[in-house]
Amino acid sequence: MADNIVSDTSVEDKKRRRFLTGITAGFGAVGAGIALTPFVLSMQPSERAKNAGAPVSYDFSKIQPGQMVKVEWRGKPVVLLKRTEAMMLGLDKIEDRLADPTSLVSIQPAYAQNDARADANNADLLVMLGVCTHLGCSPVEKLTVGPDPEMGDDSQGGFFCPCHGSKFDLSGRVYKNVPATSNMEVPPYKYDGNVITIGEDDGRTA
Amino acid sequence: MAIHRHDNHKSANAFMEWVDRRIPLTKVWNEHLAEYYAAKNFNFWYYFGSLAILVLVIQIFTGIFLTMHYKPDAALAFASVEYIMRDVPYGWLMRYLHSTGASAFFVIIYLHMFRGLIYGSHREPRELVWLIGCVIFVALMAEAFMGYLLPWGNMSYWGAQVIISLFDVIPYFGPMLTEWIRGDFVISDATLNRFFAFHVILLPLVLIVLVFLHLIALHQVGSNNPDGIDIFEKVDEDGKPLDGIAFHPYYTVKDIVGVCGFLIIYLGIVFFAPEFGGIFLEKDNFAPANSLQTPPDIVPLWYFTPYYSILRANTFNFFWIDAKIWGVVFMALSIVVFFLLPWLDRSPVKSIRYRSMPFKIALVIFVAAFILLGWLGMNPVTERNTLLAQIGSVAYFAFFFLMPWFTSIGKTKPLPDRVTQHEH
Amino acid sequence: MRKLITAFFAMMVTVVAPSSAMAAGGHGAVLDEVHMNMNDKASLQNGAKLFVNYCLSCHSAAYSRYNRVAEDLDIPLALLKENMMFATDKEGDLMKSTMPEDDAREWFGIAPPDLTLVARVRKPNWLYTYLRGFYQDESSPSGWNNSLFENVAMPHVLYELQGVQRLVGKVEAAEAHAGDAHAAVTDGTNPITIVGDVKFELEHPGKLSPHEFDVAMTDLTAFLTYLAEPAQLQRKKIGVFTLAFLVILMGLSYLLKKEYWRDVH
Repeated sequence: MADNIVSDTSVEDKKRRRFLTGITAGFGAVGAGIALTPFVLSMQPSERAKNAGAPVSYDFSKIQPGQMVKVEWRGKPVVLLKRTEAMMLGLDKIEDRLADPTSLVSIQPAYAQNDARADANNADLLVMLGVCTHLGCSPVEKLTVGPDPEMGDDSQGGFFCPCHGSKFDLSGRVYKNVPATSNMEVPPYKYDGNVITIGEDDGRTA
Repeated sequence: MAIHRHDNHKSANAFMEWVDRRIPLTKVWNEHLAEYYAAKNFNFWYYFGSLAILVLVIQIFTGIFLTMHYKPDAALAFASVEYIMRDVPYGWLMRYLHSTGASAFFVIIYLHMFRGLIYGSHREPRELVWLIGCVIFVALMAEAFMGYLLPWGNMSYWGAQVIISLFDVIPYFGPMLTEWIRGDFVISDATLNRFFAFHVILLPLVLIVLVFLHLIALHQVGSNNPDGIDIFEKVDEDGKPLDGIAFHPYYTVKDIVGVCGFLIIYLGIVFFAPEFGGIFLEKDNFAPANSLQTPPDIVPLWYFTPYYSILRANTFNFFWIDAKIWGVVFMALSIVVFFLLPWLDRSPVKSIRYRSMPFKIALVIFVAAFILLGWLGMNPVTERNTLLAQIGSVAYFAFFFLMPWFTSIGKTKPLPDRVTQHEH
Repeated sequence: MRKLITAFFAMMVTVVAPSSAMAAGGHGAVLDEVHMNMNDKASLQNGAKLFVNYCLSCHSAAYSRYNRVAEDLDIPLALLKENMMFATDKEGDLMKSTMPEDDAREWFGIAPPDLTLVARVRKPNWLYTYLRGFYQDESSPSGWNNSLFENVAMPHVLYELQGVQRLVGKVEAAEAHAGDAHAAVTDGTNPITIVGDVKFELEHPGKLSPHEFDVAMTDLTAFLTYLAEPAQLQRKKIGVFTLAFLVILMGLSYLLKKEYWRDVH
């Protein structure tokens, strides 16, 4: 029909059409992806949040052996525990009951991947996020060595999570057969004399 | 199986067959895109419908992301906008996309309405398409007005103060009404909170529903064309109009070109001139709201200025009623008249291509008056400007109220049988 | 038809023409044009130094953070901490003045306004003219006045750089806008400067020559302009790539449209 405004398209035309459709759609899709990027990035922590989460400093010389303080960093409690000699010795005694005694699957800086989970220069000072690795509750400290209703009869002290009963030793290492499967996280930190700065280690590994 | 199928739309494959038996996807696709026939001679003016939908989507999308960081609190709002501009990664981009998008929306809507006016898209059988469109326009103005308060700049504050005070002129109920709208004796935290609720929830929902109805009404009667003739009068043996082409793919691929052209201009402004010389972002709005210090010139944003000019133009106490009241009445009327257009226009033809000379002259005068009023609304009141605004207002209303007369005189050109193609 | 289209675009153009009204400082005040280069990091750094040393003790820039300024202007963080920040501030803190607002109100009668956005409110030419327009005026409470902002509450904090100016009088429109280095030293008399449409005589020279002071104020204005919209350094770069991409996409979509529309006769 002469009047029909839409004519048949040849095979050649169809190929060209498919090619142009493909390249335009491809280009458009790339553009849409790029356009979405700033929107995705805008949901990251803002400069305000970053500043609020900036490293915090604390003079740890005030902490007595066997004493624990909590410092807030990025809205989370950071445990600073100065362990006594007895506490340090207790760490070895329970290693067979721990799920990850050498901290292989746990998060900590390289300098804290040891039994004490602390910098060798101040091995007795545990610096750790007081956050249970199961579902984010804050475990309760059990600083006395000896029988404890939650930690067991031969407890060497540790941390007990009241939410779902996860148990950790005084290095924050998790026990076997509890809901949590990894040790409590050690944040990056550095020393300047008696002042510890949490959240920043200038990229050191030892 | 009690599934009824009233249509004969063939599903593409077994999966679509399964879907189509449950939700009429293929049917909707065909009726509104693949088998929606539109005249083949759409020109430049026909880009603005799809562009309006694009801008609506952009505004909603960027608005959602701005809402994540904005604080609708008089003590925090201004700082939260600067927080978006500085501390939120790419927050400045979202803010500029949204602020420029507001102006782009009005540019597009005005051009879209003008297209309707010159090709007679408001005429029978598309009166409801036009009326729903007018409601969209009013809802959009409310949306823009309330959104403009949110940055809580000094111009936001005083602009809202002035516009809300317009309701004061309503006899007896006025003062009560303005207090109710503000939720306070002045524009305050309460006003900001409710405007925020309207701006981000109520009006966007209303707009989406209205746009949906606008499209449903349009697809019921079919699109007009630059010749203003009915393409369904000449159909082939299948009932397809001889001058019609499927919206998809022909107009979808064409609209992509239009979208690219629009984005180049729009993003050009976003990236290189987001203030647009103080028109899109006014300099007084970079100072926080101050209830004790009025900016030297309170100017609404450019898209409201024609109506604002009409408001300010009247200095006469007609029938011993105060000039201020008439100003408000005239301003309201200047928007309401758009609704009456389908019944004011008596021309035997729809498109400007075949209209009589009197209509063309009237249209040119109207456009000139509209631009003049818009310009005056951005400038301070002087004796000369008030006179110009009065002349402009008379011309504005004359266009509408003399329309039954000038559309019925003069010689119209004969309509063609088939659509014509001027540019292709 | 064409006429109508032209008319509509004419409207857009009319709309763009900026209205020249100027707030506080008067409508239609004569302003000097500032020639600043926003890509000149040295100029912006110098402006930042001036801002911190002379402005920040009374005015805040409370929407801006120190570390953002350092990052954008290539200022090393150590230098920033040493020279620019108050000792108690963290590098990511907002640039807040240490002056209590109530004291300021008592001393100046008005709290010094926040300066983060001043360049967007006032515009650069206004700032450049204002900063150079302070002169000695015994009749005002602070002993200073300003040719652009009459009876301004702020004293001339930069006088040690500029020196002390005395007002000579207004000049003709033709003489105004003489450029930025319009100091003319005549034999035996003091240098004369023209700021906006006002003539000054430099009674006591400052640390900087009139030309050097103009350059310093250009730097300070550039910094304030940056401070008002830090994104401006970034957005133009992104804009170029975005538009280039869209031009290509438009070309492709035009070819696609043409291909499909070969069907339509």
